[in-house]
Amino acid sequence: MSNILEVKDLNITFDTFAGKVQAIRGVNFDLKKGETLAIVGESGSGKSVTTRSIMRLLSQNANIEKGEILFNGQDLVKKSEKDMQGIRGKEIAMIFQDPMTSLNPTTTIGKQVAEPLRIHQNMNKEEAHARALKLLELVGLPNAKNRMKQYPHQFSGGQRQRIVIAIALACSPEILIADEPTTALDVTIQAQILELMKQLQSKIDTSIIFITHDLGVVANVADRVAVMYAGKIVEVGTVDEIFYNPQHPYTWGLLASMPTLETEGSLYAIPGTPPDLLDPPKGDAFAPRNAYAMKIDTEYEPPMFKISDTHYAATWLLHEDAPAVEPPAEIKARQELFKKRYAEGHPVAEGGTV
Amino acid sequence: MADNREKILEVKHLKQYFNAGTKNEVRAVDDVSFDIYKGETFGLVGESGSGKSTTGRSIIRLYDPTDGEIDFEGTKVHNISGKKDMLQFRRDMQMIFQDPYASLNPKMKIRDIIAEGIDIHGLASSQAERNKRVNELLELVGLNPDHATRYPHEFSGGQRQRIGIARALAVKPKFIVADEPISALDVSIQAQVVNLLMELQKSQGLTFLFIAHDLSMVKYISDRIGVMNAGKLLELAPAEDVYNRPLHSYTESLLSAVPLPDPEYERSRRRTQYVPRQANGEEEKMREIVPGHFVYCRESEVEALKQKEAAYHK
Amino acid sequence: MSNENHSVADETIKISPDMFERATGAQKEDSEKIAAPSLSFLQDSWRRLKKNKAAVLSLIVLILMMLASVAAPILAPRDPNAQVIQHANLPPKIPGVDINGLNGTSVAGTTRVDKYEQQNVPDDVYYFLGTDSLGRDLLSRILYGTRVSLLIAFVAALFDLTIGVTYGLVSGWYGGRVDNVMQRILEIISGVPNLVVVILMLLVLNPGITSIIIALAITGWISMARVVRAQTLKLKNQEYILAARALGESPVQIALKHLIPNLSGVIIIQTMFSIPSAIFFEAFLSFIGIGIPAPTASLGTLINDGYKTFRFLPHLMWYPAGVICVLMIAFNLLADGLRDAFDPKMKD
Repeated sequence: MSNILEVKDLNITFDTFAGKVQAIRGVNFDLKKGETLAIVGESGSGKSVTTRSIMRLLSQNANIEKGEILFNGQDLVKKSEKDMQGIRGKEIAMIFQDPMTSLNPTTTIGKQVAEPLRIHQNMNKEEAHARALKLLELVGLPNAKNRMKQYPHQFSGGQRQRIVIAIALACSPEILIADEPTTALDVTIQAQILELMKQLQSKIDTSIIFITHDLGVVANVADRVAVMYAGKIVEVGTVDEIFYNPQHPYTWGLLASMPTLETEGSLYAIPGTPPDLLDPPKGDAFAPRNAYAMKIDTEYEPPMFKISDTHYAATWLLHEDAPAVEPPAEIKARQELFKKRYAEGHPVAEGGTV
Repeated sequence: MADNREKILEVKHLKQYFNAGTKNEVRAVDDVSFDIYKGETFGLVGESGSGKSTTGRSIIRLYDPTDGEIDFEGTKVHNISGKKDMLQFRRDMQMIFQDPYASLNPKMKIRDIIAEGIDIHGLASSQAERNKRVNELLELVGLNPDHATRYPHEFSGGQRQRIGIARALAVKPKFIVADEPISALDVSIQAQVVNLLMELQKSQGLTFLFIAHDLSMVKYISDRIGVMNAGKLLELAPAEDVYNRPLHSYTESLLSAVPLPDPEYERSRRRTQYVPRQANGEEEKMREIVPGHFVYCRESEVEALKQKEAAYHK
Repeated sequence: MSNENHSVADETIKISPDMFERATGAQKEDSEKIAAPSLSFLQDSWRRLKKNKAAVLSLIVLILMMLASVAAPILAPRDPNAQVIQHANLPPKIPGVDINGLNGTSVAGTTRVDKYEQQNVPDDVYYFLGTDSLGRDLLSRILYGTRVSLLIAFVAALFDLTIGVTYGLVSGWYGGRVDNVMQRILEIISGVPNLVVVILMLLVLNPGITSIIIALAITGWISMARVVRAQTLKLKNQEYILAARALGESPVQIALKHLIPNLSGVIIIQTMFSIPSAIFFEAFLSFIGIGIPAPTASLGTLINDGYKTFRFLPHLMWYPAGVICVLMIAFNLLADGLRDAFDPKMKD
């Protein structure tokens, strides 16, 4: 599979009165055609900043210090604002968390879906209207023909998110960035929207970057997963590798802190809070919260260690000199399962190979 | 068995209508009854608009109910009058809020936020005692007492939530209404706060009403769970039963929609849809199917539900 | 960037087996520490206000004007109401300045003449801003006139802060029927133009500062009450207010501890905007002759006097008009600056 997007050594800072906040500190990843890459992380880990930089929608006080964002080989960092306007909505589209604020309350939804078609594809009014109706039917809006004349407040949260998806998909973008699209929705509605997104992806063959903090959602939608912490990607791999054979202590913490049906006694919790990126700690940014931290973690930032062709993690625990450690029980059980399945000769993973 | 435990709270036929009698009448809570036993955690789950938060706020008397009755330790909450009795009630029952950003006054120092209850109820005789008590509370919730003079915006979401917990604990309550206390927090922080709440429950002998939409956390923290939808309580049972032996089709659909951090499970998960039944004139109310397991149903359905329950045990 | 290459080189050299020992607790202790400096809300706002040059300049100008008008009895070179008929209509003359318009000369017909010499004013007598048709010193009159304007500003602010804020808080906090009745009363009051109020006042009172103050007391605080009510309605459902109620806090305490501190931003801004309109209201009434009566100086009466002789003695209008303009612009710019400083959405 070919890479449609490559992000290389991206560094982004924000100017604040107290100094420069190092929001993104050397992020590398690529997105393959037709896949769904989930970026997981806590608030402030830089997952939203990364994707906003792809759309070049960063706030005024943000600086892209260095790095490249290659979209089909063209560096988006160097594009002019005018060129970006041609790309946004047409080749790279985005959906946001809150479906109410991303729709214009004073315009009918039919017009809102038709608008990108008229801007980017020079359709006339009738063509755009007909295509908008098709799109709304595609995203499963009941009685689409009559409801096109209605305003956003006449729809429920789930329906609004369907409309937002229709707008994003209007020009069949090559990349769809979904920034926590289901966080504001109820679980039953969330399940519907996730199903819809997977269906649509197989129909229109777009690549999706899915940002979320909900590991359940990641397990549901992702082909590959990148785990972010303090402005860096600390582990990246296929969805099975991340969930069944995690290697980074932060990923361990995330997975173990979600209770399962079997969890008894006290939950595993990562102590402390994420570091202040105004003044990132020396060495591994996760070291102060890491029960497995070694002296080297407080001195040097770990490089990415390779676990398999698709699986990399930035932790010194993978260095050949590092001692073997016992991950939390919950993680050990997951890893056992992974080993067993591999030994039996039918790997859990089938997607995501290069 | 549930029967020989002491009830701390009894909710009887609670109705909370907004704009009652007008065209815009909203039946936020419609005839809900349940009991909470001393020392337990009662989970109340439901989606937005189910009435779970309204129920919590009626219990702590932030709203006056349209009808029904709430008894706390044998006293009718909404009949309390007189300043002294009301203050005592405010001390006994406290609340933890959802939004760690909106629940702390941005213009107040952490020390004054936590000491608010101490000041109102005159629990400290001197400034030094007040500071000592605040520092104890900060340590109790795992925060550094050196930060007492800072303002809320300097703290992260999880730290703010712990400050909110310390504020509630300052008056030494017996019962705490926790209104979605973790849903605005990051995953790694949720576990911290849940562990803290469970520790506090043990060390301070608290009873919790835990309101949430995150079913896996509720299952983990609660002893018994009530499932609400559209203002009605549909199922009420011990946490294990609600999860492993759901009887109401709404509970089943809710459980089938929750994504779990397990890709294999997710690939095979099938969502079931809940379609509310049409009323047919037959009376619907909470009926006990097996001891401790209540379902909102019709008399004619009880037999089928009993068989469904029995089938889970095979 | 050479620095970074250096550290990479170090890294490959220094890795030794003992680096893989467990880190000790001391190294991890600060995971809950807050590094950023502590800033209270006021400090934060002040920092943002300082960045706004126009607002800071306005603040300085206003402080200087306030000091000057408070100290008017000391600063004013002459009695503002003392008439020296033989010194009437003199143009400005400042010692050591020889610029036309400020050197005591004026154009009569086609030639420029020294008016001071013409009217036999002694050489050591200077009127910095000239005199009016009754020979009164304009500088002294402007200083005293500014005093009146600032007194009105103070009174307007006082009514805003007392009646306006209280009315808004009560109406917003209780809501429902109380709010409904209070809002209807507001609508009725605001329906009556305050010019009409002042004119009606003339039936019982003499024109003067009292009737202007009463008019302000009746109508001046309405926009403040509306702003405070709207904000209170929004704030009262905030969770920290609910928490205070759940703790048993009384409404008065909630207002003092929670509502007013969080409304302080809008209250200050609203006050700053209502002050210039009150100043202008007084000037306007004085200008049309139902405000401050002669011979007391106010900026409005000075402009009225100046406007009558504008063709011949333009300085009599320019100077007081300039003062009132500076006063109003400064208040408006400062209010703008404060709004930006207090508005959390503008946070950088």
